[in-house]
Amino acid sequence: MLKINDLKASIEDKEILKGINLEIKPGEVHAIMGPNGSGKSTLASVLAGREDYEVDGGDVDFDGEDLLEMAPEVRAQKGLFLAFQYPVEIPGVSNTNFLRTAVNEVRKARGEEPYNAANFMKEMKEKMQIVSIDKSLMGRSLNEGFSGGEKKRNEIFHMAMLDPKLAILDETDSGLDIDALRIVANGVNTLRDGNRSFVVVTHYQRLLDYIVPDFVHVLYKGKIVKSGTKELALELEEKGYDWIIQEVEGQN
Amino acid sequence: MSIVIENAALKNNALSYIEDTIEKVPALVQLRTEAAETFASSDFPSIQHEEWKYTNIKKLVSNTYSFSNDVNVTAADIQDYLIEGTDVMVFVNGVYNASLSSFTSTDKVIVAPLSEAIEKHQDLVLAHLGKYADNSLPFVGVNTASVVEGGFVYAKRNALSETPLMFLNVISGDNIVVQPRILAVLEEGAQASIIERNAVIKGEAVLVNSVAEVNVAERANLSHLKLQDESENTSLVTLSEAQQADNSVYHNITITTGGHIVRNNLNIALGEHCEGLMTGLYLVKGKTLVDNHTMVDHKMPNSYSNELYKGILSEKSKGVFNGKIFVREDAQKTNAFQSNKNILLSQDAVVDTKPQLEIWADDVSCSHGCTVGALDEEPMFYLRARGIPEDKARGLLIYAFAGDVIEKISNENVRALVEKIVAAEMGYDLI
Repeated sequence: MLKINDLKASIEDKEILKGINLEIKPGEVHAIMGPNGSGKSTLASVLAGREDYEVDGGDVDFDGEDLLEMAPEVRAQKGLFLAFQYPVEIPGVSNTNFLRTAVNEVRKARGEEPYNAANFMKEMKEKMQIVSIDKSLMGRSLNEGFSGGEKKRNEIFHMAMLDPKLAILDETDSGLDIDALRIVANGVNTLRDGNRSFVVVTHYQRLLDYIVPDFVHVLYKGKIVKSGTKELALELEEKGYDWIIQEVEGQN
Repeated sequence: MSIVIENAALKNNALSYIEDTIEKVPALVQLRTEAAETFASSDFPSIQHEEWKYTNIKKLVSNTYSFSNDVNVTAADIQDYLIEGTDVMVFVNGVYNASLSSFTSTDKVIVAPLSEAIEKHQDLVLAHLGKYADNSLPFVGVNTASVVEGGFVYAKRNALSETPLMFLNVISGDNIVVQPRILAVLEEGAQASIIERNAVIKGEAVLVNSVAEVNVAERANLSHLKLQDESENTSLVTLSEAQQADNSVYHNITITTGGHIVRNNLNIALGEHCEGLMTGLYLVKGKTLVDNHTMVDHKMPNSYSNELYKGILSEKSKGVFNGKIFVREDAQKTNAFQSNKNILLSQDAVVDTKPQLEIWADDVSCSHGCTVGALDEEPMFYLRARGIPEDKARGLLIYAFAGDVIEKISNENVRALVEKIVAAEMGYDLI
């Protein structure tokens, strides 16, 4: 589904990603962990098409197409979803109107009929249950005045509505209390259907108690320095990142 | 360099037009003659004039215009300009057209073209006409000196006029100048809503110089919308002059989506416990220049004024905002707020914004702020990352930016129309 080959990227001439290799197959859940500043969020942003970053080398194949050539909206239409670390507040655009525009754009691109108002409401009602999101948030301006937990739940709700092939969750756990974390994780698990793939970017292991990954990768200084299964995450929780850093620095 | 434009063609042509028509309405001869004398001794301002620094009208007043033009206009020509649920009084090149008009006039709420009002209610007209606008300003002076027709609405004590009334100036012809005049008077406790709009159905180099005088008595409430959706063949110079007695509310909403040069002047004088509201939106492109000069004068204590003007400028358009707030020595406990926010969508678009606060009272709450910037990148990326194409995302964000101005329009039909105009300008489909 997604094949990242020697991806290098920088921002303002500062090299952040220094050659990432990663393959994600349908239905797999990959966790990307690593200390602060290792490039985790940059990887998520580059995959989603954030224009602040300069891709300096490598390529990314998304279902047989060159992902890096696509505009952000085309990536979304082709089935890539990024749950933002900091969901943006947009006053004056209602959550519902925005979603209907987005969902119908995506459906249009996939050759599906746009939803009419009734179908859309039905779909929305159904998907709202997945993250037990409050109905009152739908009529409000996008993320405006939402609590941290509401924002993250809204991201997962958007994901459910847009029905992506590959979802990247960028530090979705940051700032969540345990109840909100559980709700968000439940939402993700409900959407884990054996075909949809996930990249879960996180600093801490605790989210992975709820969203159990198939693979865990450790990113350090812009490279994946260690890969393993969910046990690796537990090891990191116990021992921190220092032992990996020492291992890597020792090799150099 | 002089602060005036001497020997402007418009001035000379206007003076001969005024002379030719001065006897037309006997009851107005005195008012017009006085205004004409003042106008004759003044000149149009140049860009050296502080109030016209950013708005060069040299070409505008140097053009040779005709002051009248007989044309035949049909109902089909103006169909697109009508608003559902709104009465309309139609003027064609300044001449009242009864067959295209559709409004109700009652004993409580008198609605009539000025020419008719002068015959039937001369005292009411002469008590107010030309009494508030400053005729020493050339554009105002020439309007007053030329007045033979106009729109008149007079709501008597506690009368509620539920249907908005639109004054529609239909214009057809090249190099034509039209000078609409509105007089709206609300007695104690009355309520009304008026709309000014132009329909330029054909023409090049059209100039509209309008003056609206508004008198809102105690406890009365007037909503006043100026809907300016002309194309680049038309320039506008407008004045809204409002007098508010104690406990009254006046809300001026000015929406501009086009034109060549648009200069709006809005002056409000407040009594005690008044609400004076000024709301504006300019959404322009091409080479349109839109200049809003507003002034609110807090003369008495305990009044509230709130001004919100928002601008969205693309291509080579230019915006000017100058907002004056006066708080006189007696006007303690004044609450005055002002905000002007602008989004520039191109490198070549320009905005000059200037708040001007003069406060002599010491126990007041006043605030002002202005911003000029591009669309934020973060919301753009957020919308695009959810599958919304760039153009549509931009439209959505701009529409949202304009939203808090549009939602201040209380009449549903009028708000829907403005929404439609704004959405169409942005290429954003309403869903």
